[in-house]
Amino acid sequence: MLNRYPLWKYLLLLAITVLSVIYAIPNYYAADPAIQISGQSGGITIDATVLAKAEAALKEANIDYFGAEVNSKTALIRFQNLDQQMPARKRVQQALGDDFVVALQGASTTPQWLQKIGATPMKLGLDLAGGVHFLLEVDTASTVEKRQAITADEFKEKLRKAKIRYSSITSTADNVIIARFRAADVRDKAMAELRGDNPQLLFSEVDATTTEGAEEFAFKAELSTQAIKEIEDYALNQNLITLRNRVNELGVSESIVQREGRNRIIVQLPGVQDPAEAKRVIGKTANLEFRMEALPDALVSTKEQFPQSENPVYAQAYLEKSIILTGDQVADAKSSFDSQTNEPIVSIKLDSVGGTKMNHVTRNAIGRKMGIVFIEYKTHTEFLTDAAGKPSEKTTQYIERKVISLATVQSALGVQFQITGLNKPGEASELALLLRAGALAAPMQFVSERTIGPSLGAENIKKGVTSCIWALVMVSIFMMVFYRMFGLFANVALAVNIVMMVTVLSMFGATLTLPGIAGIVLTMGMAVDANVLIYARIREELQNGALPQQAIYAGYERAFITILDANLTTMIIAIILFAVGTGPVKGFAITLWIGLVTSLFTSIMISRAMANLFYGSRKNLQKLSI
Amino acid sequence: MSQEMKIIDFMGIRKYTSGFSIVITIIAIAAMAINGFKLGLDFTGGTQLEILLDRPADTAQIHAALEEEHLRSPVAVIFGSEFNVMIRTQDIMKDKGREQIAAEITAKLGNSAALVSVNRPTVEQEGFAESLTISNATPEQVAQANIFTAERFGNTNITTKDNNTIVGIEKSLDVMYTDYLLNKLQTVTGAKIKILSSESVGSQVGEELFNQGGLGILCAFLLVFIYVAVQFQWKFSAGAIVSLIHDTIVTLGCFALFQWDFDLTVLAAVLALIGYSINDTIVIFDRIRENFRKMRKTDALTVVNISMTQTLGRSIMTSMTVFLVMIVLFIFGGELLAGFSKAMLVGVVIGTYSSIYIAANTTVALGISKEDLMPAVKEGAEADATP
Repeated sequence: MLNRYPLWKYLLLLAITVLSVIYAIPNYYAADPAIQISGQSGGITIDATVLAKAEAALKEANIDYFGAEVNSKTALIRFQNLDQQMPARKRVQQALGDDFVVALQGASTTPQWLQKIGATPMKLGLDLAGGVHFLLEVDTASTVEKRQAITADEFKEKLRKAKIRYSSITSTADNVIIARFRAADVRDKAMAELRGDNPQLLFSEVDATTTEGAEEFAFKAELSTQAIKEIEDYALNQNLITLRNRVNELGVSESIVQREGRNRIIVQLPGVQDPAEAKRVIGKTANLEFRMEALPDALVSTKEQFPQSENPVYAQAYLEKSIILTGDQVADAKSSFDSQTNEPIVSIKLDSVGGTKMNHVTRNAIGRKMGIVFIEYKTHTEFLTDAAGKPSEKTTQYIERKVISLATVQSALGVQFQITGLNKPGEASELALLLRAGALAAPMQFVSERTIGPSLGAENIKKGVTSCIWALVMVSIFMMVFYRMFGLFANVALAVNIVMMVTVLSMFGATLTLPGIAGIVLTMGMAVDANVLIYARIREELQNGALPQQAIYAGYERAFITILDANLTTMIIAIILFAVGTGPVKGFAITLWIGLVTSLFTSIMISRAMANLFYGSRKNLQKLSI
Repeated sequence: MSQEMKIIDFMGIRKYTSGFSIVITIIAIAAMAINGFKLGLDFTGGTQLEILLDRPADTAQIHAALEEEHLRSPVAVIFGSEFNVMIRTQDIMKDKGREQIAAEITAKLGNSAALVSVNRPTVEQEGFAESLTISNATPEQVAQANIFTAERFGNTNITTKDNNTIVGIEKSLDVMYTDYLLNKLQTVTGAKIKILSSESVGSQVGEELFNQGGLGILCAFLLVFIYVAVQFQWKFSAGAIVSLIHDTIVTLGCFALFQWDFDLTVLAAVLALIGYSINDTIVIFDRIRENFRKMRKTDALTVVNISMTQTLGRSIMTSMTVFLVMIVLFIFGGELLAGFSKAMLVGVVIGTYSSIYIAANTTVALGISKEDLMPAVKEGAEADATP
């Protein structure tokens, strides 16, 4: 028979459809506004007492909650509406103190059995969920400039050590280092000396005659495009890490901190309503201090104890009050392995001022220990109630200092030195990370920001859903009127298509935005096109005198190439849209693309299966309802 | 081909349709040149606030208040319900705040005093949003001038460095100015005002988006050209591209002519439209190719006419469904998607028209012949293609 699928094909299609429906279900369950409680550090366990404390605070504030639950790492408390979420967070944070992190969260209401099979709902973009969006620009140019200035300083030091005399070494505004010498052979020797250590630089000779007629021997060292890109990437990644830490501090559980393009970073904070507060926290700086360990007999007035440190080894460290240098002078910190002992090490690079200071202090302190202090600025919010019972808040800034390294000075240190004696490679990389976070990161500035209120987001969702439903209804009626029975097949295919789109979007973890919903609506209009093409073919075949069964067969077979051709071009366009689009437009491109793929499947396979099931077995089919 | 089907003579009126297309293209280009676009915030940079009043809003009143503040090209329109107003200006709140404070400093501290720079707070100034550097004024003078009140700036901290006075402020300049503006609007309208959403975009970002969008459209043209050239033949490519350029220009022209808001979603719609239009065109091309191979003795014009008659039903049906869903989106999708649906509505009509009259027209004008599409002798076809 022409129009018969084998049984397995029907079953396969049915299975795919049923699976799609199951994995799309979580989107039906809207997340509850909730707060999540976790410990400031891994050592703190969250148990029933913590939860009871939080619940008591909420009861006192008359905030209704439900579904409070606790597991070993976190606790979750749910609320009926979004307006309760913010005050609840403040109350609970106040009750629990600074040892705990209280974060806003959308608690999943997906039934257990769905969660077990990994079914999760789509993420909602800020225009649907409400929240704050920032676009930050990292001043990578200044980082490159700083790096070249440091390299120029290194050149000077190396040549001095190698006893090669230079007239001048400068780093110009366009990031070219120019070194001048008295004689050609000196210049060549210098180039040979420096080249090996600086593979990132392109050396070339630029001899010239000065205005006085004297001959000048010089070379220039430029950064290769690759090297510049590496420096920029490095600066950006460093800022990304710092930003992530800051954002965590804001207590937003589903935040996004993401690189965009060459030198921009997107920060999205769903649920946050106060951009000013967020900007303050994000814009903060951490710092480092290098200090010598205090001698045992040092006066109390000249030393300082650092008891707060998490690491018990440094818990009782006494450091001198005088600071050798601060994070501003740290150019770079990297973790690696010692080439001889294969031990994990952290190499630190300072700028020339820092190098001089470091050398000055350490050459008389060999054998003593040097500590590195990591300084973070944190906010603490106190909740006060005045005599009249009016609550008010008072935020205080406090500084948290902890010693992250305490190592013995083995020789006089300079621009570059290493910290050894680290137990694990993990410890080395963590130390390097902290050092980089504390070092002056490339300056950032806010280039755009957007705040969307939660009620506005909810309204946008409502508009989107209404549009989708009406679009589906209109297209369905239209198809039924024009294609009768086959129109019904197309409608079933369309419905399955929408479910599959939602499923694929959920499984990819794609973010749904308002333009994304527009993409879904547009897909509904365009997805039936494949069916229209097929049905137009079938009608044509019938007019040409083909028998109904043959007409169905030929219609599907012949239209296939056309459908493929037409959809491939549209898919190409969707890819371009994704490549050039930003934010919400990307969301549109994704939904459009996925919609095209799923519609290819549904409008050809599903609608065919329906037609086969309905007409395929009728041998004396005389008339088609098309 | 069956006898009962009447062949519509599409190509017979091709002189008129060509003329029509040329005229509307010229009108569209003229509209873009003369009117320009009413660019949305994404492109111009600036600030947009969506506010909610507790009473029906009088946009003229709000607009006047914005004019009074010398905000650049201010807009105040009803957005959704009559309680919601969207305010837009090409100014950045931070810059306006800076202007205001600079003027106050000079007015209260004498002409020599000036606001030199606004920086990120230094390490010592943690907890402050921004740090202002003021020259030629001592910290005492600054404190006495009473510019940096707690009401406007929250906590402040006045210190001195290198003969300048440094003021750390807790509320940044943009927050300060937005508060100021809202207060003013509350006084003017007498309403309580709540900010529903705010958006601020630096002007450079906008320019980049514009370039990127343009690049995207060009990329789309190029890839479509290559794809059609490979799948069909370069004469079809030329036809497809001419019709796509026509669609893009006419749709953009509508936005210029009627001064509709042109934002990022419209740009997305234009690209989606290119996708839709090429889809439509390819269906027709596909049929032309098929018929060229089937009807070896028929001349090119007739083949094109037959092909388009055969695909007409489908073209109308598909345009109708897309048109329908876009009308639904226009009605229910809200203001934010209005631009998108408008662009698609215009585009679908133009795209369908151009697929029939422009794409095929151009291909015929380039002298398409059955030799161009003979599958077996590919090399021969290519030789033909280069006269």
